Amino acid sequence: MIFLRRQLPLLITFVAGVVFAAQYYVPHPTSELMLTEVTKWLQIISGFALVLGVTSLFHIHAVKIRRKEPGWAYSLILYGGILGTIAAGFSYSFTAGQWVNGKETINGIVTAFGWIYSDMMVPLQGTMFAILAFFIASAAYRSFRARSREAALLLIAAIIVMMGRVPLGEMLLPVSGDVTQWILNVLNAAVRRAILIGISLGAVALSLKIIFGMERAYLGGGKE
Amino acid sequence: MPFETLLGAWVATGLTLFIFTFLYQDNPLFKLAEHLYVGVSVGYTIVKVYDTVIVRLLYEPMVNQGDWSLLVPLGIGMLMLARYFPKIAWLSRIAFAFIVGVGSGLAIPRIISSYILKQVEDTVRPLASLASGGGPTFTYNLLDPASNLNALVLLIGVVSVLFYFFFSIEHTGPVRVAARTGILFLMIAFGAAFGYTVMARMSLLIGRFTDLIEFADPRYGRATLWLLLATVATLIASGARRRDLRSCGTSSSLPSRSTMSSTSCSGTRPA
Repeated sequence: MIFLRRQLPLLITFVAGVVFAAQYYVPHPTSELMLTEVTKWLQIISGFALVLGVTSLFHIHAVKIRRKEPGWAYSLILYGGILGTIAAGFSYSFTAGQWVNGKETINGIVTAFGWIYSDMMVPLQGTMFAILAFFIASAAYRSFRARSREAALLLIAAIIVMMGRVPLGEMLLPVSGDVTQWILNVLNAAVRRAILIGISLGAVALSLKIIFGMERAYLGGGKE
Repeated sequence: MPFETLLGAWVATGLTLFIFTFLYQDNPLFKLAEHLYVGVSVGYTIVKVYDTVIVRLLYEPMVNQGDWSLLVPLGIGMLMLARYFPKIAWLSRIAFAFIVGVGSGLAIPRIISSYILKQVEDTVRPLASLASGGGPTFTYNLLDPASNLNALVLLIGVVSVLFYFFFSIEHTGPVRVAARTGILFLMIAFGAAFGYTVMARMSLLIGRFTDLIEFADPRYGRATLWLLLATVATLIASGARRRDLRSCGTSSSLPSRSTMSSTSCSGTRPA
């Protein structure tokens, strides 16, 4: 039993890891087909991972409602949002004369699901991110006081890029557009590249540790 | 104007204003919109995943094309749900082992190729070019990312930032100089990223204001104006209720106004 519970998952990880690492070096149609198939498989399996996440969310809010914890009514709103959207997604569109089945529009006609997307999700998402502009401004006030050479550099770069991204900024500071391009294409690219190389080396090391069974955190704890 | 368009304008305006109220303080209107946002987003994802995964990737190929090999990922996916049954919870490890194994295997050669070798190749470029019919030349045009000067700056930037993140040796002497240069590059990049993010957020903010201005039009029943008034009135009422509760010393529970005035608040309210 210990083999099934502990050794088998490690064996599956090892075999799958080695096979798909080797696949990259085999330019054969069968190898390419295998990659296409497994990519589809991963999409299917990740769909089941969503079930885990959603049930966890449902459980947390069900407990809040059952215990009448402070703010439990908001959990009802959340349930309403989820169930209402699902209902709209699988409803029948009388205008279009067919089932919606997750389509926002059918023959150019906006469905109830499409209405929820464009008139609820998009404004909510847009505004949620837009209010960050105010909080970023307040954070900037606190952190951008040029107390050191490094902070001054950060401040100057931020101001130049902000000026260079809008016509008004370019009008006030004509060189800001060109300098912004230079900062983004050269200085920023250099830093991004160095960070990317570092992250990639870490990712390769972690992948090797996973394949060879040195990293087992993904298996979780619990009984052997 | 169609009813659904009008309703959409009112709903979009209301939700936008509810979210904006957070700039004043945390309040019930914001929480309502926030929970609705999570709910609608989750519902939308469920519908889309069902349509993509269950219908298009599983049901249709199996039933219409007879591709029964898809029973394998279906089975592996079902194993994930074994986590709900403590006695067989260990079965879910098989599913995770497969995903992590395939992911790691796919990642190694692709990361090395695309993110390490390619990035190094683009960084280590000739520092001088050969002019047609002449000797080597050095181009100084800063606006051309491919110029020799920019290639040099890029090389110095990448190497110095890598030095900054290299902790296996002590940062003293020449290494310290390189690491300090790396910090300067990092600060400029962080500033640029900050400025870029601010402008992206501003763009979203302008988009929301554009919608609010459009929905203030009489064609939409002046949705923005009416809902703004209603929102402000609700905020004032909510603020007054909060002050009442604070004066009662009950911040966690929410008794009704009548209960407060008759029992828990008696004698505690300021004269």
